[in-house]
Amino acid sequence: MAKITIPFGPQHPALKEPENFMLVLEGEQISGSTINLGYNHRGMEKAAESRTYIQNLYLIERVCGICSHSHTTTYITNVEELAKAEVPQRALAIRTLIAELERVHSHLLWLGVAGYEMGFETLFMYTWRDREQVLDCLELLSGNRVHYSINTIGGVRRDVSAEQKAEVLKRIKFLEGRTQYYIKLALEEPTIAARTADVGKLPPEVALERGAVGPTARASGIARDVRKDEPYLLYDKLDFKLITHNTNDVFGRLVVRALELVESYKLINQVINNLPEGPISVKVPMKIAPGEAVNHYEAPRGEDIHYLKSNGTDKPERLKVRAPTLANLQSVSYMLDGGWLADVPLVIAAIDPCMSCTDRAAVWDQKKGKMAVYGWEELRKLGIEHYKHRGIDFSKL
Amino acid sequence: MTSDSILPSLAYIIIFPGFLFLALYGLSLQWVDRKLCACFQNRMGPPWVQPLADFLKLLAKEVIVPDAADSKMFRLLPFFAMAAVMTAIVSIPVGAHALYSFQGDMVAVIYLLTIPTVTFFLAGWSSTSPYATVGAMRVMTQLFAYEVPLMLSIIGPAILAGSWNLTEISAFYAAKPLLIAAQLPGFLAAILALQGKLERMPFDIPHSKNEIVGGQFTEYSGRLLAFFYLAIDMELVVGAALLNAVFLGGSLGVAGWAAIPVFLFKTLFVTFLLALLKVLMARIRIEQMVNFCWKYLAPVAMFQILVDIFLKYKLG
Repeated sequence: MAKITIPFGPQHPALKEPENFMLVLEGEQISGSTINLGYNHRGMEKAAESRTYIQNLYLIERVCGICSHSHTTTYITNVEELAKAEVPQRALAIRTLIAELERVHSHLLWLGVAGYEMGFETLFMYTWRDREQVLDCLELLSGNRVHYSINTIGGVRRDVSAEQKAEVLKRIKFLEGRTQYYIKLALEEPTIAARTADVGKLPPEVALERGAVGPTARASGIARDVRKDEPYLLYDKLDFKLITHNTNDVFGRLVVRALELVESYKLINQVINNLPEGPISVKVPMKIAPGEAVNHYEAPRGEDIHYLKSNGTDKPERLKVRAPTLANLQSVSYMLDGGWLADVPLVIAAIDPCMSCTDRAAVWDQKKGKMAVYGWEELRKLGIEHYKHRGIDFSKL
Repeated sequence: MTSDSILPSLAYIIIFPGFLFLALYGLSLQWVDRKLCACFQNRMGPPWVQPLADFLKLLAKEVIVPDAADSKMFRLLPFFAMAAVMTAIVSIPVGAHALYSFQGDMVAVIYLLTIPTVTFFLAGWSSTSPYATVGAMRVMTQLFAYEVPLMLSIIGPAILAGSWNLTEISAFYAAKPLLIAAQLPGFLAAILALQGKLERMPFDIPHSKNEIVGGQFTEYSGRLLAFFYLAIDMELVVGAALLNAVFLGGSLGVAGWAAIPVFLFKTLFVTFLLALLKVLMARIRIEQMVNFCWKYLAPVAMFQILVDIFLKYKLG
């Protein structure tokens, strides 16, 4: 059968954000795919260099619309590390609480998106209806549904009252019941099994080789979770299970996320019932001592890494964000090859992609009509040439 | 033809049960279907004028014909689809009798109901864009999956009734309502096959939006798209009417205008079943659809035929 190439994106109903997948089809089966990134570059890292550390909080929060707390927490952990600030235990507990609520919100959202991509709109409607409960909790605690802005350098901005605790626990209890229903549904509904089992296979060795993170890696049987491997916030004091699954397919990713929801409810209960007393923030000077810091964090989608370099002023010298989607995208082309066209949206959705978090920079060569990604050496050479035109010679540095 | 036979004929074609009735009832059924799905999914659903508003809005939009497409065929296809569906209703009993019934009209109806699917294929194929081409291939593959089970399941009751005339079949079951119960497996197979024919979830594979955007209709816009959608709504009415006539005993012996409410009630029941199917499961892949239809639906329909032959032999 003749091969046809189908563009999947940047404008496509299955993709919520612009990203391009060129699929080579033989009938209904995919014989090759290319992923093109870079439709969403917003220049955030550069923008961060011209803002103060406090202003950057609001910028970094907007790296992602869903894991906004993950990014700010990683960022301020770096800042606090450089400033050598002692963050109060109560602030860490509140951060943990918001982080787990965010995971619940993200995983429920993913469940709905997966339902939608496999053409199961009822699942989508149900999960998004139930997700309102956790969004209400977040609004109650932080004042905002999506960009919570609860973090501030040295602690958190809002305390948690006794009434709020009771309300959150009530809603989480309701969600626990609903999640049990979804787990039952995922395990018993034959069409879900037909659409997800053996779809988007990612064997453990390939997952390791391509650096998959988060639920994508855990569904390939790789026990990797920053919360366990290198506990931050209060995770070393909390009791929870690391969920893995060994089917290596979309079904495994579905089960891992559904079971992680249950673990998150456990964590939320533990944090709320054992909230330490004390202040919620400490003063941190505006100017941060020079130095470098790297921290990672288990965002709902996987490991999020931030690098921060300070130079003694009130603005960072360099900020680098490595969002989990970038790590997971490498596996997507492997998962797509040899699969069905019908499974493409589901396979892409199964890594829970967040393209706008991921996109940094790529260069489009108009003459050659090719995308080029520059390595460090080439970037350095380009930078030296750029400044040579302006009369400064950096080549000896 | 004299004037007093032309006028009623025109009224039949234009008003009842022709274009106007089919269009308005089709849009109403679309609303019922959407509202039911909304109820099942815990949503509000659209107000009752929404289908009509959607239709009028599309009528007012610009029609864009791709350069690479055959302009004449591209423009004519929606009307072929609509005309075929409207012709089919002539032989299906809406009241106690069909307008023009003849021995073998069942085969003619099945044939006429296949034409819209063929126009969908041609629509996709003549659009020449990649999404539409893949959609067109899926339309054809799906046609070969559901068409045979649909025909087989309809033949069963016809064998028992001893007639290939839809009006006679429905009169037979109206006279012997107990035999309707014996048609249950065939009815279920036919409902599933009809869902596939109407390309509704979970069988909306040819135009599944997450995979191939608009499928065979990707390049269609404005008036032409509006008439395609109207043809699909009419097909829903005709499909429900066909199942009503074959499996549910038509008007159940009620004659005259009183038969109309019976017809409406029973087609609403069929729509309810179709809406239930729509919300219950995930969309399957095209190769799973073919497997399902040939492995499960066709044997069930054949089992129904055996049951009916056995019953006919027993009942004399």
